[in-house]
Amino acid sequence: MSWLWGAILFWLGAWALNARLAGSRFAGRKVVRFFVPALFGVTLLVLWEGIVRGLGVPGVILPPPSAIWETITGAVPVLWGDFVQTIVKGALSGYVIGCGAAFLTAVAIDRSPFLQRGLLPVGNFVAALPIVGIAPILVMWFGFDWQSKAAVVVVMVFFPVLVNTVAGLAATERMQRDLMATYSASYWQTLFKLRLPAAMPFVFNGLKIATTLALIGAIVAEFFGSPIRGMGFRISTEVGRLALDMVWAEIAVAAVAGSAFYGLVAATEKAVTFWHPSQRGRK
Amino acid sequence: MRSVLPILAVLGAIVALWYAATVWLNSQWTYDQAARAGVEVSFGEVVADTLNQDRPVLPAPHQVAEGLWDGLAGQKVTSKRSLVYHGWVTLSATLVGFAIGTGLGILLAVGIVHNRAMDMSVMPWAIASQTIPILAIAPMVIVVFASVGLTGLIPKAIISAYLSFFPVVVGMVKGLRSPDAMQLDLLKTYNAGGWDTLRKLRLPASMPYLFASLKVSVAASLVGAIVGELPAGATSGLGARLLSGSYYGQTIQIWAALFAAAILAAGLVMIIGGIERGTLRRMGMAR
Repeated sequence: MSWLWGAILFWLGAWALNARLAGSRFAGRKVVRFFVPALFGVTLLVLWEGIVRGLGVPGVILPPPSAIWETITGAVPVLWGDFVQTIVKGALSGYVIGCGAAFLTAVAIDRSPFLQRGLLPVGNFVAALPIVGIAPILVMWFGFDWQSKAAVVVVMVFFPVLVNTVAGLAATERMQRDLMATYSASYWQTLFKLRLPAAMPFVFNGLKIATTLALIGAIVAEFFGSPIRGMGFRISTEVGRLALDMVWAEIAVAAVAGSAFYGLVAATEKAVTFWHPSQRGRK
Repeated sequence: MRSVLPILAVLGAIVALWYAATVWLNSQWTYDQAARAGVEVSFGEVVADTLNQDRPVLPAPHQVAEGLWDGLAGQKVTSKRSLVYHGWVTLSATLVGFAIGTGLGILLAVGIVHNRAMDMSVMPWAIASQTIPILAIAPMVIVVFASVGLTGLIPKAIISAYLSFFPVVVGMVKGLRSPDAMQLDLLKTYNAGGWDTLRKLRLPASMPYLFASLKVSVAASLVGAIVGELPAGATSGLGARLLSGSYYGQTIQIWAALFAAAILAAGLVMIIGGIERGTLRRMGMAR
């Protein structure tokens, strides 16, 4: 019981501290802006630990964070192998192929207004569909190993990137294109010096959406068949053995990898589109 | 309406490509069969055969349409082979989860807008959570609830709710903050309290944002419900159809279930789009 009361006390204390900090005149400071959400996250973990231990929740329903951490530190080789199989081989290669293909397609169809008017509504429609469902088909075609996962990722990331890139290529203004015309710039010069740079904020928007989709695609595709490693495989088999601490460990790895992947793309965006108003204000 | 022709052209091109791919992918099997029987096949026979195999690598569009039609209209609605039955199982979980997730999301967004401490603590996590492949927890949720004795609709609905929750929170926070300082000041001069400001200014102003995120989250709910049916050997629902199709190599069944899911998703998004247009027109916000 003391675990439970301790956790609740910690919660109330952290809440009071956060409320004070948010109301204080330091609220705009960078340290505080970082500290408040961090404390909230720690509080969630403490509450989780306290409730699980205090109420004696069995480990097959919800393991405490400390047990999950022990599993993570104890099973590093397994987790690393799964990480390489799913994220590096499956998700990353699919992401690169899919985004590259979508980008090139967008540049190609940009020259034809007819194709644009036809492809955009179809692309928007497909982007809203449960594409994950093609996973079983692609697993049948490409076999159990990472190639089929990469194929699922390619299909999943293709349409969001395509739609955003096409929208981005249309983002230049009449005046700017006229200026390029007065310079007697060729199509390719206009493309590389004006329209692609102007499209970058849109392209990165698509790339950021695609990071999450890539991980989801790679993990869910493994539920349909996989060699004996991979995060989706591990999650589905360990769930079957009720070894939930291992499942949570994989989820933690997936969460960290997903955030890091997204952060990497966001950092690249910041470096590439430094001129854009949405990036200039922030330091 | 001038975009109808291009769309039809693109769709026609997709179907044509699909037929070509069908012939190409299925021809291996036809040649193997012919070689085993010791006969030569002409190109015309190959094409005819590839379009009508029982278990093709890639079913032809007309086979999928046939499977879909058979599943939708050719069975009794209560039959285990009817896609209407399986679609309803998935749809009910989707709708329950969507309702829960949207309701909680709007409540949390109102809390975030009105409470600075909550804004600073919760909002970064809500945004960060969008970058995490949440779908990975689906099997665990199913099994954990099954071990407590809850099976069927509720666990799937919880996954759906979880997936639809965050888009609504992020969109609604943006929407509730969309009134500008002039409008907020005007309400202050009217001596309006927090509740009145919420009801008469912030909520109406947030409607376009709400509908934009509802469209995203209803699609996410459907994906959540389908993935929720994959583990733990669910026997009904579109996800279960996909899974059993992949176990038994019934490609036509997979494609029919896939298209049923696509129609369902498109229908849900279109319904919300219709409500959006109606609501915005009534509120005088239609563009």
